[in-house]
Amino acid sequence: MIYLNSFIFCGLVCLIGQIILDNTKLTPGHITTIFVVVGAFLDVFNIYDKFVLWAGGGALVPITSFGHLLIHGAMDTVNNFGVMGLFMGMFDLTSSGIVAAIVFSFILSLIFEPKD
Amino acid sequence: MEKSEYKQMVDKYTPKEPRLRNAVIAFLIGGLMGMLGNFLIDIYSYYFDLSSKDASVFMIITLVFLGCFLTCLGFFDKCVGFAKCGLIVPITGFAHAMMSAALEYRKEGLVTGIGANMFKLAGSVIIFGVVSAYFFGLLRILVVGA
Repeated sequence: MIYLNSFIFCGLVCLIGQIILDNTKLTPGHITTIFVVVGAFLDVFNIYDKFVLWAGGGALVPITSFGHLLIHGAMDTVNNFGVMGLFMGMFDLTSSGIVAAIVFSFILSLIFEPKD
Repeated sequence: MEKSEYKQMVDKYTPKEPRLRNAVIAFLIGGLMGMLGNFLIDIYSYYFDLSSKDASVFMIITLVFLGCFLTCLGFFDKCVGFAKCGLIVPITGFAHAMMSAALEYRKEGLVTGIGANMFKLAGSVIIFGVVSAYFFGLLRILVVGA
């Protein structure tokens, strides 16, 4: 059942992105940026946590989960250090994705030629 | 020729985007990506005996690697051209943006090429994500209390 939920959730997020892309002059860069901000916003009132419970991996795959994880990492340190914790833990949970993207693209760009 | 006339002519001859078809394809491919993510979480938590939170980190790394590797093979660009937002909105789009920037600028050298330009396309995601997360975090401290 959770597979169906993740299909529906991730599909709907992509569908919204595609509708915005086709009907406005925004570029894909704008859309991913908007989605990250929306994901961070939805986490202010713990709404995104409910999506994660409902859709499992389907809610963690779209880029909205990036904003969600940024706030969650920050909130863990805020519990210990107060407002200063916002500066300390923001990348705690997202570092895996960013580091993986940097390392893989650096190594692979040394190996492969651009295909054009 | 008047400017408005010209605009009408341009509108007439620009090929129409098949919006419905694009939307359906984005929904299906995006949904399949979500299912793949959930499937990977299940696999990792079953075989490596991880909690689902740790397994989701492994899943994100796997998808980022897939996005980077398929971009290098030139295969992913064709897929993005076909599926559009179905592959741009998932985390693979982030990997694709970084990988294509790194590939494009690599001939300008390691430091001035790859190092300086890798975040050219993907940087806005991180910058706006961090700035918005900072302010929404403040809001959350004020409203919900951490």
